[in-house]
Amino acid sequence: MKLCITAKGETLDSPTEERFGRAPYFIVMDSATGSFEAIRNPFAEGGGGVGPKAAQLLIVHDVKAVLTGQVGGNAQEVLSAAGITVHLIRSGATVRDAFEQFKTKGT
Amino acid sequence: MKLAVASGKGGTGKSMVAANLAFTLAGTEPVTLVDCDVEEPDLHLFFPAAAVTSDVTVPVPVIDETKCQHCGLCADFCQYGALAALPDRILFFPELCHSCGGCRLVCPNDAIHEEPRRVGTLSMADPQPGLKLIWGTLDTGSPHAVPVIREAKKAAANAPVVIYDTAPGTSCPVVEALDGCDTCILVTESTPFGLHDLQLAADVAARMDIPAGIVINRSDGKDEMTLRFCADHDLDVLMTIPFSREIAAIQSRGDLLCRARPEWQKDFCSLFIKCKTLAGVGP
Repeated sequence: MKLCITAKGETLDSPTEERFGRAPYFIVMDSATGSFEAIRNPFAEGGGGVGPKAAQLLIVHDVKAVLTGQVGGNAQEVLSAAGITVHLIRSGATVRDAFEQFKTKGT
Repeated sequence: MKLAVASGKGGTGKSMVAANLAFTLAGTEPVTLVDCDVEEPDLHLFFPAAAVTSDVTVPVPVIDETKCQHCGLCADFCQYGALAALPDRILFFPELCHSCGGCRLVCPNDAIHEEPRRVGTLSMADPQPGLKLIWGTLDTGSPHAVPVIREAKKAAANAPVVIYDTAPGTSCPVVEALDGCDTCILVTESTPFGLHDLQLAADVAARMDIPAGIVINRSDGKDEMTLRFCADHDLDVLMTIPFSREIAAIQSRGDLLCRARPEWQKDFCSLFIKCKTLAGVGP
């Protein structure tokens, strides 16, 4: 399964980003193998409506779960409609921490 | 002659200046006063009268699911994230839509048509001879003031003398109200906040190539910083209104300074003549 972690940078050691739509990077990981791809968020500096657009980007990448800090109402609606689950991560963690935490919880 | 009253900072006295100017002018020539502060219109409080109110609508897309192939071109095109394409359906967020109509144009399956969506109201009244009052009211929960302002301005388009009372700030609603004006009055107060926001407002007027003049309201006589800014930027101080408990009391009971104290009318007449000169339409 593919999951996405919102991050401030493009590596596994980057701190996670609390904002969903305006996260600088989306780290898309394979939950089984741990392989990942860093996607630069083209909407990070957008004027408005960035949440739904970011959510669509994840749909295109076939993501099934998002690990992030907070998701706005419109983005949440798109994610729910697409069957993508949202999991809150604690602030201050790295992408690797968040991934390990997610795997340990077994969700 | 189209004249806007703007300020940058809120609460400096835009509506007070606009209302007194319109009240005074209406005694000698027909004037239309337009309240462009559609998030909080208040000019009608100074001019109680029966109003005719109509809806303001914007076109928004409606997807015909029998024709939609879920190709996602509409969502890709939308710069505002108002459309989200899912594999089996399209989600629409009306409050994000700017009604550009692009989704309808790019749809290869002719699956999108537009329907009107109410975002506010437009009201008109004739509160006194010579004065027409127009105001827009944005519906609660509607985020886009601009379409309502545009309709209010359209309703006054053919009037010979129009005074637009703008929203505070320097964002889209103010720019929309200023657009096409011959001149503008920037109302300020002699506080650091007042000056800071006056600088922003003066910058907007300059960028829009609209000649601006300054009204200092609630002056305590210590206006040096504001006067220096005006001198440095070649902005004329058109009028100074003192900080006065009496003026505040008149305003607070919903009355007008020029109605309660008619001797002020000559000051507002003079303000209008200076605005005409600024606009280059002659005295």
